[in-house]
Amino acid sequence: MKLAIASGKGGTGKTTLSVALALAADRPVSLLDCDVEEPNGHIFLRPQIEKRERVVVPVPVIDDEACTGCVQCSSFCQFNALVCLGSKTLVFPELCHSCGGCTKVCPTGAISEEDREIGSVECGHADGVDFIQGCLDVGHAMSPPVIRAVKHHIDPDTLTILDCPPGTSCPMITAVRDADVAVLVTEPTPFGLHDLKLAVETMRDLGLPFGVVVNRSDAGDDLVRRYCETEAIPILLEIPEDRRVAEAYSRGQSLLDAAPDLRPRLRDVLTAASQLQRGNQPS
Amino acid sequence: MKELVIISGKGGTGKTSLTAAFAALAKNAVFADCDVDAADLHLILAPQIKDRHDFFSGREAIVRPADCTGCGQCQQHCRFEAIQADNNGTYRIDPAGCEGCGVCVHFCPANAIDFPERHCGQWFVSDSRFGPMVHARLGIAAENSGKLVSVVRQEAKKRAEKQQADWLLVDGPPGIGCPVIASITGADAVLVVTEPTLSGKHDFHRVLDLAKHFKIPVFLCLNKWDINPEMTERIETLGTNQGARPLGRIPYDKAVTAAQIAGQCVVECGHGPAATEIRNIWKKLCQTMP
Repeated sequence: MKLAIASGKGGTGKTTLSVALALAADRPVSLLDCDVEEPNGHIFLRPQIEKRERVVVPVPVIDDEACTGCVQCSSFCQFNALVCLGSKTLVFPELCHSCGGCTKVCPTGAISEEDREIGSVECGHADGVDFIQGCLDVGHAMSPPVIRAVKHHIDPDTLTILDCPPGTSCPMITAVRDADVAVLVTEPTPFGLHDLKLAVETMRDLGLPFGVVVNRSDAGDDLVRRYCETEAIPILLEIPEDRRVAEAYSRGQSLLDAAPDLRPRLRDVLTAASQLQRGNQPS
Repeated sequence: MKELVIISGKGGTGKTSLTAAFAALAKNAVFADCDVDAADLHLILAPQIKDRHDFFSGREAIVRPADCTGCGQCQQHCRFEAIQADNNGTYRIDPAGCEGCGVCVHFCPANAIDFPERHCGQWFVSDSRFGPMVHARLGIAAENSGKLVSVVRQEAKKRAEKQQADWLLVDGPPGIGCPVIASITGADAVLVVTEPTLSGKHDFHRVLDLAKHFKIPVFLCLNKWDINPEMTERIETLGTNQGARPLGRIPYDKAVTAAQIAGQCVVECGHGPAATEIRNIWKKLCQTMP
């Protein structure tokens, strides 16, 4: 099962829940940190990193001798990454989406590709959890290629927990698409509810089954619970606000360190998620 | 006019609550919500929408099944794993995976792929009780949030210049990627609001590097600083050593959530510890960015 832990709003507890679920699960289990802009899972799991690879994306290089300035590449590129000036073509690699189109449409074979480094993927272990994280290099704009590189490490036979980036746009979609089921983490506040609704719309748009976990469940109002009831969305777990948990989190300790009594309820979340997953629902 | 962008690296550290409080304290200001993925500032500022604009950006490839011969060349050319064979021998493009590059459109021998403009959301010009506001809603599963951020900022800037505003206050997105870069490039300063946790420190470091990369001055404030005073100290030291200027420490205060539930800024709800410190931070900002 590929289980995506997502949310519209940031800072609701995606990483806390992802790490705790991985630690509570039967082995083998993999935890993939797909929040490559701000990967934090390693802080709580403290894995031994055994393998590092750079993530590269192909970007065009122009052979000035062969380029005739015919503008076919620059008019093809949807991202304005190529500009033809006279018989020369300039490349703006930071705008390139690496589709490879320009190399294919160039009539004189003047365009080849070179690798541009944009981030890294690291693999390691901790407490019997296989851990893979992506990390976007600071200053680079596009996180989806790094997220895809992390997801290439998915073993289809292993329970895989994907800690996803916040929001509802390309990075979040890249992380959650093709998961079997998602858990949306939220908090019982107006911001939490508003962003939960966006995440719910996104899940429905993608056709992805999902449940909700409410973090700091007693620290706000009742509207998230009522919304979930009205929409028939299962609430899989409520984690009450607890200063001990917040303080443990601040020191990089996992939820299970601070509240070991949650273990059976986290295992229930995994069971409930596996019942919700694609192809496993009563029609 | 001074443009200040409130960012955080890590999500959920209080960007929007702080921006909303500044909105209440600032005189003659314009506001922009650049967290277009999960925009929340309107929940507090309760803007009256005056103008609504559709936002189109990029294109999306769509196979016409009636014309698809099932040759599969589109799938071979697609580098984004967005094209799958359907059961009936044709191919289908997953809109969530389509990058809008047009390679499949160009190489389809049957010309069976349409390439319309993609409707990515809407942006709004509004009036709020504190001043004009520009905000947006990105479409569900839409691309190009960075471009929508740029539109929101430009439009807010135009209005700020026209009314000779003293401030343009921008509520930024989390992370360090494309929407954040679009939010901060060319701004006068960023204020990073973070929390005293290892995650907060880690993410502050990255967002600080990003701001330095674009040569933007950085202010820092800690939210819920008393959750871990020692970590607060460490983050402030890290910031100071790297050229960021700490402006204050907001204590953990239940009044912040209570204000949000009441649809108000924390400084509108009295003079509790968080509201008092936010007033101090705003005063320091006004002195430092005259």
